[in-house]
Amino acid sequence: MSSNLLSGARILLHCLASENVECIFGYPGGVTLPLYDALYDHPIRHVLVRHEQNAAFAAQGYARATGKVGVCCATSGPGATNLVTGLVDALMDSIPLVALTGQVPTKLMGSDAFQEADTFGITRSATKHNFLVKNIAELPQVIHEAFYIAASGRPGPVLVDVTKDVFQSQSHYTAVAEIHLPGYRVFSEGHSGQIRRAAQMIWEAGQPFIYAGGGIIAANAAGEFRSFVEAVDAPVVCTLMGLGALPADHPNFISMPGMHGSYAANMGMTHSDLIIALGVRFDDRVTGRLAAFAPHARVIHVDIDPAEISKNRHADLPIVGDLKRVLPKLEAELNALAAELREKNSARRQAWWKQIREWKEEHPLRAERSDSEIKPQHLIAEIDRLSGGRAIVASDVGQHQMWAAQLIRFNEPRLWINSGGLGSMGFGLPAAIGAQFARPDKLVFAVVGDGGFQMSIPELATIANHALPIKIVVMNNGYLGMVRQWQELFYNNRLSEVALAGFPDVEKLAGAYGFTGRTVEDPHEMPKALEEAVHTPGPYLLNVKVSPFENVFPMVPAGGAIHEMVLRPPQPVAV
Amino acid sequence: MQQIIALLVENKPGALMRVTGLLSQRGYNIESLTVARTLDSTLSRMTITVEVEPQTRAQVIKQMNKLVNVLQATDVTEGPSVNRELVLIRIRTTQSTRTAILKEAEIFQARVVDSTVEGFVLEATGDPEKLDEFLDVMRSYGDIEVTRSGIISMPLDNKKLRLSPPVPRGAAQEEVLEYQRAE
Repeated sequence: MSSNLLSGARILLHCLASENVECIFGYPGGVTLPLYDALYDHPIRHVLVRHEQNAAFAAQGYARATGKVGVCCATSGPGATNLVTGLVDALMDSIPLVALTGQVPTKLMGSDAFQEADTFGITRSATKHNFLVKNIAELPQVIHEAFYIAASGRPGPVLVDVTKDVFQSQSHYTAVAEIHLPGYRVFSEGHSGQIRRAAQMIWEAGQPFIYAGGGIIAANAAGEFRSFVEAVDAPVVCTLMGLGALPADHPNFISMPGMHGSYAANMGMTHSDLIIALGVRFDDRVTGRLAAFAPHARVIHVDIDPAEISKNRHADLPIVGDLKRVLPKLEAELNALAAELREKNSARRQAWWKQIREWKEEHPLRAERSDSEIKPQHLIAEIDRLSGGRAIVASDVGQHQMWAAQLIRFNEPRLWINSGGLGSMGFGLPAAIGAQFARPDKLVFAVVGDGGFQMSIPELATIANHALPIKIVVMNNGYLGMVRQWQELFYNNRLSEVALAGFPDVEKLAGAYGFTGRTVEDPHEMPKALEEAVHTPGPYLLNVKVSPFENVFPMVPAGGAIHEMVLRPPQPVAV
Repeated sequence: MQQIIALLVENKPGALMRVTGLLSQRGYNIESLTVARTLDSTLSRMTITVEVEPQTRAQVIKQMNKLVNVLQATDVTEGPSVNRELVLIRIRTTQSTRTAILKEAEIFQARVVDSTVEGFVLEATGDPEKLDEFLDVMRSYGDIEVTRSGIISMPLDNKKLRLSPPVPRGAAQEEVLEYQRAE
């Protein structure tokens, strides 16, 4: 124990440092003044964003790119409420995040004080857990508990609301020796009997199909997963959150499944007799009409969260555990079973693979190209070419996100950074900032639409301040493309409030922030323009005018079964 | 169908909000709710009666068990249990009804806790259906004012309470994986 008194603000920073926090994304304000005063000469790096929502998104980008806990910080009232979208986003995608917010002084709480909001109440359902600290003695314990809860089990966001007087008051600092949360259970090992039965089921199946999700990436289990896939030798689909769990170039990888999944992915799911579901939650965007989803399959479901088991689809064999622990055990059980059992279905499995390959060849995911205009898929294919499966791609939400998920190869986990569950527009640019801070060695693309980009334009200043070499590629079709696609297909082509007129001149826009911007419209120039963006040091804003009415296919209409997908535009596109 | 959920929760600010939030965010209306400290003053026992669609019942319990402040959530409706409620009734009396009301109260084993010339305050405990009958009888004597405690429940089979042990703090991430043995 140190004999020196420390302020609450210093104790907080001390705790962050002991949690190995390198970087905080935040925005100061009235009640966090004491905290920012302590930060002034503290080694922890603070990145000043231009809006608190983007602090949460940037912290997520950092967390998604590394697996470490992202940290964001905001003041009371509007600062805290602006974080909320980023918190819910992290909750939906199971991203470890600690959000620190200031609260008005304890004696003013409940008095409608300036910039007072019930942050603890507002963020209750936006977080995995939240804390309100009114007593400096609790502060270190709470901070360490927050990090522990955020990172362990099924990761998620944790908010700590700290009153201004706690920041200001003085106390002795005592290191926290242990975390004691008697009601917080983390299931890790997996039931050995269940794992043995799962191995049996896997060899008994003739059409096994692996449905892999973000849980594999959250568990840092990509290596274990690859080894498991090769032992089972079944086709693999990775969900929007799971892309990169298996290298896209791996022979067993099919594509993303679901609403905009490939024909082979959805047909495979539908005709499988055993779905091996790993770290997934049977989201409606994957399953389509649940009653028609994988109707012939038994389901093995491995997840660290017991509440996911049989939530949407009944699990014939549930295993609650950490995939990093469970997958090697499952693989060992597979290998331990008698060779005759393992070989029993090899003929059926060969036929199954043949069928899968036929489906793949029948309707491959193909990047359209044109001589007269830039097809959005062509742009995405060029990004893929330059990435070579190794660049970080932070995406926004909409059509470009789906094309990127379909066509960009991710050969490592934590390269594909997108808002999957919540679908928050405005996510891409700040998430790219967080990812670039986390991985300065990596080429980072922010692939955004003209809609989402305009939601986070202020962050161009953050990018410029730090000369972050992010390559911002705006896929500009002049529309809120995905909403327009639905209006075209399901609302009689009545295009209501989806045209985005008045997109700024990017040369001037980027120029105003002190970096290069360029617009490209010619399909023959586009690949070179993209190369130039990548090879120009520092930030680059490339505005790519793509054909305005291109839509994402295949598509499973809402409420449809996934094998009933629409493979191409049902009619000549609207003009 | 009505579901009775028994919870053991940490006696901390916000714990109640977290539990009820899981119900309100699904649009479920709480019929009754009781909370009080246990022998261990750091813990509270909670009984909630709520109308939940059959297909979501298990999910609601699982989500409650995931809450950091919840040590245990059990669906009491599933197994044998004793359910009791307390009711206080203020009833106006006349000379002619006083004796009859006292007789009825006796049948239901209700006690008089306050008596004035205007009337009585009666206290009764029992299972909720029996109390409903008691209230029906009392209502036949005129207007009554009622306060019910809500159901408290004691499961008859003893479900083992599994708690997570303390985790020593060391290298944060490693230790998170090292621990995690509590099943």
